Amino acid sequence: MMVHEKIAKDAFKPDRESHIKIDHNICKEKCKIKYCLFVCPGHLYSFNEELNEICVEFAGCLECGTCKIACIEGAIDWSYPRGEYGVQYRYG
Amino acid sequence: MEKIDAVIVGGGLSGLACAYKLAEAGMQVIVLERGDFSGSKNVTGGRIYLGPIMSIVGDMFKDAPFERRISRERWTLMGDDNSISIDFTGDRYKKTNNSYTVLRATFDRWLADRLIEKGVFVIPKYRVDDLLWDGNQVVGVKAGDEDIFANVVIAADGVLSFMAEKAGLKARMKPKNYALGIKEIIELSEEKINDRFNVDINEGCAHLFIGEVTKGMFGGGFLYTNKKSVSLGIVVGIGALMEMTPTIEVHTLMNAFKGRYEIERLIYGGELVEYSAHIIPETGYRNISKLFGNGIIVTGDAAGFALNMGVTVRGMEFAIASGIFAAETVISAKTANDFSEKTLSLYENKLKDSFVLKDLSTFRKLPDFLENRALFTLYPKLLPDILEKIMFIGESPKEKIGKQLWAEVKASGILSMKTLKDIISIKDI
Repeated sequence: MMVHEKIAKDAFKPDRESHIKIDHNICKEKCKIKYCLFVCPGHLYSFNEELNEICVEFAGCLECGTCKIACIEGAIDWSYPRGEYGVQYRYG
Repeated sequence: MEKIDAVIVGGGLSGLACAYKLAEAGMQVIVLERGDFSGSKNVTGGRIYLGPIMSIVGDMFKDAPFERRISRERWTLMGDDNSISIDFTGDRYKKTNNSYTVLRATFDRWLADRLIEKGVFVIPKYRVDDLLWDGNQVVGVKAGDEDIFANVVIAADGVLSFMAEKAGLKARMKPKNYALGIKEIIELSEEKINDRFNVDINEGCAHLFIGEVTKGMFGGGFLYTNKKSVSLGIVVGIGALMEMTPTIEVHTLMNAFKGRYEIERLIYGGELVEYSAHIIPETGYRNISKLFGNGIIVTGDAAGFALNMGVTVRGMEFAIASGIFAAETVISAKTANDFSEKTLSLYENKLKDSFVLKDLSTFRKLPDFLENRALFTLYPKLLPDILEKIMFIGESPKEKIGKQLWAEVKASGILSMKTLKDIISIKDI
């Protein structure tokens, strides 16, 4: 089973605006390894060739916090989604 | 401005336990929870140990919706394509209600509902954005357009604790101090669980895995049986994951684990109903935040109260105990009518006198020990490999067991100064 199929099993209330903000200048100038591309358990980060920048599908965020910690250059500004938005675990 | 006695940020176990005790003492308390309901943002492995908190919780968990009482423990050493397991049970497990599996969306929600019945305000769908200050004293919280003033703010907002960070009580979070847990809930019938895990009705199994699961990185796998589902997952050190070469997309570890014969047979026919993830404090004692400030107390995961002893993984009972001690501290502070750091330091003394800081302190050297890569590569593989050589009867005539064992041990590279040092270092943990 692919990871996006797994995420599709979860209940989400997506906000219009992303709770994850990326400073693309830091990505381009400082970050070599791009940890976000492989540490996210939802595999939500990808490199968009056309835009030449990192993209995140914030609506599927599991709110684990791994990217916030792994982005040691500080390009990822991660906060909790606004109240009642985001993932709503039914088992937890 | 009218002040209530305490505002609790986060309706998880430490926040709710704190509110429970404050309400019992007749204090005015509000719990703010950012999810749709308590438990909707929480993830546990999950197993709770009631033993350490039995004497302080009172009737808090009377008729609580536990999943199963653990009556069987299993550990598996995973080789590349083989494994060896230990299965442990004892009458003591049957006679005591010591440890249970739980699902947080059920468990926390139940506790919050009990509080609401008692007249406590547990307000969901509320994200706290900031602290309110009066000079160097925290005097409340800001949530959206609303300011809520309180004598004490309880930062019970989980491992990422933005409140402790804003209060300047928490150091910058470093990858090596945290692990990522990924979990799948797989539905299975009650009967199948009883049969496959060899447990009676309402009894459960806790199963931990070490070795190939994490490809040599710090961490392991877990499987806990719930009433009608199993919680299957992995834990991986974030620092170890970042250092791994070649890089591994972490979500692929979960599928690899699920695909192992050892797991596949246990979950066969089950249906995935939820995929979750959360980070876990991993370095125990040395990564605990400052626990209190003027007008603020930090509890549970927010403070870093979690203990991975390799064979047992604990957190929830620390959260509950710390919430209770925070409540007792707030009650004393109200009597003294002083909510400064000086009075609130009572909280730390209470933790020091209890299993919370005692256990964390006892095992403070464990994280160093667990940093040793051989624990996740060399050692777990060795036993299954040796056993395979002995057990497998193939075409060629068997060699003497002792001789084979010796050859295997020699070939494994385990006979080294490093192993000797590892063995000696056990005395420190």
